[in-house]
Amino acid sequence: MHELALTQSIVEVCAERADGAKVRRVTLEIGQLAAVMPEALRFCFDVCADGTALEGARLEIIDVGGRGQCRACAAQIEMKDYLACCSCGSFDIECIAGEGLRVKEMEVV
Amino acid sequence: MCAICGCSGNHVHDHQHQHEHDGDHVHDHVDEHGHGHEHPHTHEHPHTHAQPHIHARPHASHARTVNLEADILAKNNALAERNRGWFAGRGMLALNLVSSPGSGKTTLLERTIRETGSELNISVLGGDQETQNDAMRIAATGCKVLQINTGTGCHLDAEMVGRGLRALDPPQDSVLMIENVGNLVCPALFDLGERAKVAMLSVTEGEDKPVKYPHMFRASSLMLLTKTDLLPHLEFDVERCIAYARQVNPHIEVLQLSAKSGAGMDRWYHWLRQQRAAQRQDAMA
Repeated sequence: MHELALTQSIVEVCAERADGAKVRRVTLEIGQLAAVMPEALRFCFDVCADGTALEGARLEIIDVGGRGQCRACAAQIEMKDYLACCSCGSFDIECIAGEGLRVKEMEVV
Repeated sequence: MCAICGCSGNHVHDHQHQHEHDGDHVHDHVDEHGHGHEHPHTHEHPHTHAQPHIHARPHASHARTVNLEADILAKNNALAERNRGWFAGRGMLALNLVSSPGSGKTTLLERTIRETGSELNISVLGGDQETQNDAMRIAATGCKVLQINTGTGCHLDAEMVGRGLRALDPPQDSVLMIENVGNLVCPALFDLGERAKVAMLSVTEGEDKPVKYPHMFRASSLMLLTKTDLLPHLEFDVERCIAYARQVNPHIEVLQLSAKSGAGMDRWYHWLRQQRAAQRQDAMA
């Protein structure tokens, strides 16, 4: 349940940057290969936001698809998981997108 | 966003400007806003501004979007880099041992400490949700050990390790083994400042663990297949397990050993010496 620790970081970062303003919406970008369950983040968010500038804020999550580049033939492929295989037969795929966990933006009033 | 300086902060600018009113007069005033006014406006009614006046409060009805583009793990990663610098400053090799509970981390460490002694000079920082049991076993070998109880936490993070290091105070030019919480999921995400993650998998667990928990095996430099003395009693397909591990991480090294019988331990010590040499070489570069 590392999502709890991650949600605490999200609330911390946003509350600090809000600088006293009230946060109405938080938008996250969560990579599909980031080992994070969006449902678990949502579950934790309301609890962590309680009593902070983020209390009552809406949580938006943008899924970022995984992409990889084959180290053998340089082709770019979709990576739904780390078991992805290139059409050339190689499993040696460098992940180039979809591992990130970012707070993209927030709306404050 | 602030219309005056373009920044995203919530602050106040002083400015002076002149404008004309229908009342046919021109005057200066000092005006403080939380944000700029982009819209032209007219005053239909004649009035005077006898005094400079202040609008101290930002207009509450204006929602604004703040771009953050912040990495959620940035704080942990920054603290991990601090730990990495701390290790480098002391000429230390730090390894992060990760596995499911019961894979034999503590047993492996006990034997490793006894057999490598002052050559590797190992200290241990252990993470478990509760109890000092592992720490007591390690302490019986005579090595420096500190147990971090994470309570409800399912992983060690860089901050806990940083605090633990200062309390443990391991010697210069030594090896630190961080025995992470037994968990094949969460510890994969949290850099602690280690040189490498070592994933342990006991042959009693089933050979498909690497594909069931790919993040951990992807993040690790070495997979230790442990408890190999039990292989004659099990239907564990070693080759298949290694193939699964290489499927998620083609670069992972694999060693097989039994901390009970001692089989394969020499290759593990060789790997540790290689890491030690590489770490010393990096320190001189």
